[in-house]
Amino acid sequence: MYDFSLIPEAIHAFLLSFLPNWAAVTVECVLIGVVLLLLYSVLALFYILYERKICAYFQCRLGPNRVGPWGLLQSVADMFKILIKELISLKYTDKFLFALAPYLVILASMLTFAVMPWGNGLQILDFNIGIFFLLAVSSIGVLGILLAGWSSNNKFTLIGAMRSGAQMVSYELSIGLSVLTMVAFAGTMSVTEIVHAQENAWFIFSAHVPAVIAFVIYMIAGTAETNRGPFDLPEAESELTAGYHTEYSGIHFGFFYLAEYLNLFVVSGVAALLFFGGWMPLHIPGWESFNHIMDYIPSVVWFLGKAFVLSFIIIWFKWTFPRLRIDQILTLEWKYLLPINLVNLVLMVLIIVYELHL
Amino acid sequence: MPYDAWKDNEYIESLVKELKDNGTNVIVGSLDKLINWGRSNSIWPLTFATSCCGIEFVSLGAARYDMARFGWEVARSSPRQADFIMVAGTIVHRMAPVLRRLYDQLAEPKYVIACGACAVSGGPFKKSYHVVMGCDQIVPVDVYLPGCPPRPEAMIYSIMQLSRKIKVERFFGGVNRREKMQKEFLESHPIEGVNDVK
Amino acid sequence: MADFQQTIAKLFPEATFEQADTLMVNIADAQWHSLAKQLKENPQLGFDYLITIVGMDWKESMGCVYYLQNKHNDVISVKVTTTDRENPMLHSVADLWAIAGIYEREVYDFFGIVFIGNPDMRRLFLSIDWKGFPLRKDYDENPDINPVPTDNERQSDFTYTYVETPDGKVEKKEVRVFEPEDFVVNIGPQHPATHGVLRFRTAVDGETIKKIDVYMGYIHRGVEKICEKDTYPQTLHFMDRLDYFSAHPYHHGLCMTIEEAAGIEVPRRAQVIRVIMDELSRIASHCLFMGTFCMDLGATTMLFYTLRVREQILDIMDRTCGARMTFNYECIGGVMQDIHADFVKDVHALLDVLPANIKEYNKVFTGNVIAKNRMEGVGVLTRENAINWSVTGPSGRASGWSCDVRKTHPYSIYSELEFDEVIHTEGDSMARFKVRLEEIEQSARIIAQLIDNIPDGDYCAKVPKVIKLPVGHWFRMVEGCRGVFGVYLESDGSTMPYRLKLVTPSLPAAAVVNHLTAGSKIADLITIGGSLDYIVPDMDR
Repeated sequence: MYDFSLIPEAIHAFLLSFLPNWAAVTVECVLIGVVLLLLYSVLALFYILYERKICAYFQCRLGPNRVGPWGLLQSVADMFKILIKELISLKYTDKFLFALAPYLVILASMLTFAVMPWGNGLQILDFNIGIFFLLAVSSIGVLGILLAGWSSNNKFTLIGAMRSGAQMVSYELSIGLSVLTMVAFAGTMSVTEIVHAQENAWFIFSAHVPAVIAFVIYMIAGTAETNRGPFDLPEAESELTAGYHTEYSGIHFGFFYLAEYLNLFVVSGVAALLFFGGWMPLHIPGWESFNHIMDYIPSVVWFLGKAFVLSFIIIWFKWTFPRLRIDQILTLEWKYLLPINLVNLVLMVLIIVYELHL
Repeated sequence: MPYDAWKDNEYIESLVKELKDNGTNVIVGSLDKLINWGRSNSIWPLTFATSCCGIEFVSLGAARYDMARFGWEVARSSPRQADFIMVAGTIVHRMAPVLRRLYDQLAEPKYVIACGACAVSGGPFKKSYHVVMGCDQIVPVDVYLPGCPPRPEAMIYSIMQLSRKIKVERFFGGVNRREKMQKEFLESHPIEGVNDVK
Repeated sequence: MADFQQTIAKLFPEATFEQADTLMVNIADAQWHSLAKQLKENPQLGFDYLITIVGMDWKESMGCVYYLQNKHNDVISVKVTTTDRENPMLHSVADLWAIAGIYEREVYDFFGIVFIGNPDMRRLFLSIDWKGFPLRKDYDENPDINPVPTDNERQSDFTYTYVETPDGKVEKKEVRVFEPEDFVVNIGPQHPATHGVLRFRTAVDGETIKKIDVYMGYIHRGVEKICEKDTYPQTLHFMDRLDYFSAHPYHHGLCMTIEEAAGIEVPRRAQVIRVIMDELSRIASHCLFMGTFCMDLGATTMLFYTLRVREQILDIMDRTCGARMTFNYECIGGVMQDIHADFVKDVHALLDVLPANIKEYNKVFTGNVIAKNRMEGVGVLTRENAINWSVTGPSGRASGWSCDVRKTHPYSIYSELEFDEVIHTEGDSMARFKVRLEEIEQSARIIAQLIDNIPDGDYCAKVPKVIKLPVGHWFRMVEGCRGVFGVYLESDGSTMPYRLKLVTPSLPAAAVVNHLTAGSKIADLITIGGSLDYIVPDMDR
């Protein structure tokens, strides 16, 4: 496996050769920021097109195919359009909060990128509470949504924000608990260590039953967390026009739109990290030559591939199921997912204690 | 899609010529081109339908005619996020202020397609006491699309013409013909309580 | 019929009787309410279903014609008139038939007849500031009197009602619709879930709905008035534009009424073609219903599967009628032109793919656990309430009310055909969905019986160039895709109708929304509204 951490080290050494340490670090920070933003927007554009194409194929349609080859530039055109669209400022709104909300939402999803293991050594921050950090920052998003709904001074957005508050706070629990289950198994919160612990077998195989249960719950809760169908109540089109972002136009709306897709990536990326070994190739103990061949596929491809496949599943949910009602959504969480999750955690502990795992 | 493939509308041809005659500088011109490329290829409709034409608009989104091919399938329910209104169906007196309000809620740049005979001129309900004889009495219209209801093919054609029109717009410098038209229209058609919000 | 006449004559000796196509009772306004009470509650009469209230302006007098039906499917009509043109007043029957409340508002809107005792006497279709009553014969249509409004519509939380004081005077009273502390959310007129431009003012308590006030008229086009200015063949094409999915059945209804009045015999071939077309449009309509209903619930993909079948039917129509939606195919005396050469083949192709498609719909949607949770037990409409609110068609049959006109008053060749009336008794959204799904199968069954047996002969009878109807009035009903479509036609002997009243099924369906949604969640409003399947231009006309 190629260790990507060599590249930043080389850059660091190169910068140090003619700059003092503080300047080198500053330059690196700026570089990382630029790369992150670029990556962020490119990934979002890709995801938008990805979903539009997939949903088109589910619906026996073709999807965008006129702008650029195979419609590849469709979301780029959308981005140009949305960038220069008018930003409507409204009377009787809380202007500061109104403008702040989309940035909070985008910030939440962008911060999670900091601890994502993109490939072997390709990680911005690696610290011992990586997973904890990820959970913490991803829940800033709900604040942005609540603020957006509140500050717009519109009844639809208010109802949308209320719904999303109730929904996201509830499902945060499930996500937390299923992540906790896996953290208990891994014995660490460091992202790198979790990935390395899966060198011989991905957790979904090595921790078998509880891991599978945790994975299913994680996927359900993750879908709810990203406000996607069948849990897209906060922006239920047929009920609340556009939910909490009804009043947003131009790039502010663009931020919500991008954040939705980036959250999709984050959720599936974390699922890949916790259950499918992050960037770790598929290794089967004993099959040395097979493992060796797998190692030839770059780690970035492994990670992105897993994330895309998992997001495909979430997109599949959206285009298949009808939407739930608010009381049903909360019943599902509090009466089913949470108790199952708690039992699952106990099960996992038993498996760890009695060493029943592979 | 090649520009020449839909070069069949005389009115727009003359408009293009008029704009090109003015001349423009290279940097601004190419920036304009980029912006117009983005705008013309990403026109999101507002989900707005009053009657029969709306059902044909649904057919337009369905698998057979699939407007997603052109990137028009992102129908937004909130006017703030949409680019054009397809006035699909009859506009009656009671609906008129609502349509105007929706138009004012759209974020710039905004366009209107009068879709179907009713929206163009009142159509079969010309004799009615409660029908607005053409939605151009309330909002400025960019493309008129006749038919009762127009077939989905015709709808595709009309949105392509709109896209064409956007392509020759001017973002920087020069007099933006459309904006001027729109301004004049809004000044001559004031609506209390709607216009003064802007 | 004679029994009813005797029973009524015994109770109300002053009443006079006319025998037209139904028994018509003439009664004075003072006795009308007690007659209505007898009509509904007397076990010998039992007229529990109010088909419609036709407002009339006979120039020297004004009044209403009430059409009623009992459980044995006997139809009776009652005429109540007033000669006062300045302040016409009649007594309301909104306390007996729930739907009368809305119908009386419609009459008030068009004729200015005030109903004493109706709890809500606002205008229904036209805005508060509209001057004049458009369906009166002396209405001034000068556009300067009612110009296109340039201002937002006035909004009021009040309605008013007219009550009779013990000493016989009539007082106007103001009533609150919404309390000042209600959180009122405005849904519509431009809203993806209202299926057009309907507007609900919804008072909510958190997610729970307290009350809904329905506003109609955002697509009121005054079809009934325009028809009075058109000759009979010209009136036909408006039927396409009311309920654009039931274009064929609606045409059928109006043609049938005119043919009956003019005494035109329709050739057998035309009858068969008409019935096939009716049933094809029923399949197309129900397909689109399923699609949009599922889309409202959030399952967008289903729409694309159901539209596939609809496109196939539209192709068949396109070839024969020359249009995808507004066909204007059925005409007085038969149909416009003969069927296309490939018609039979195309219909067979459709019938072949239909069962597989229905199976797929069940697999994708009906069996889905989320869909079940969203629909079962939501918006239960009991049989009594369905009749009380006149909710006909598939929605009425889902409540266990046998109201299919094809069975109750067989018209055209329906009496010769074998098909079942689909009836469910649950009355919830799921039942309404299922009834429509199963009706597709029944329609396919009807088409299968006819498609190979289209007789030879003329496709249209010989009809005079200028159609003049004798003086009189006629009322006929057909089964549209959404329920009973009735046509009341009154002729003064000229080439144009004196009054053409169209009874559409969507108006009761929208009127019942408030009754069904009280206490449920906002999301249920979408389910209920979707499952009632109203078409807004159909209710507004």
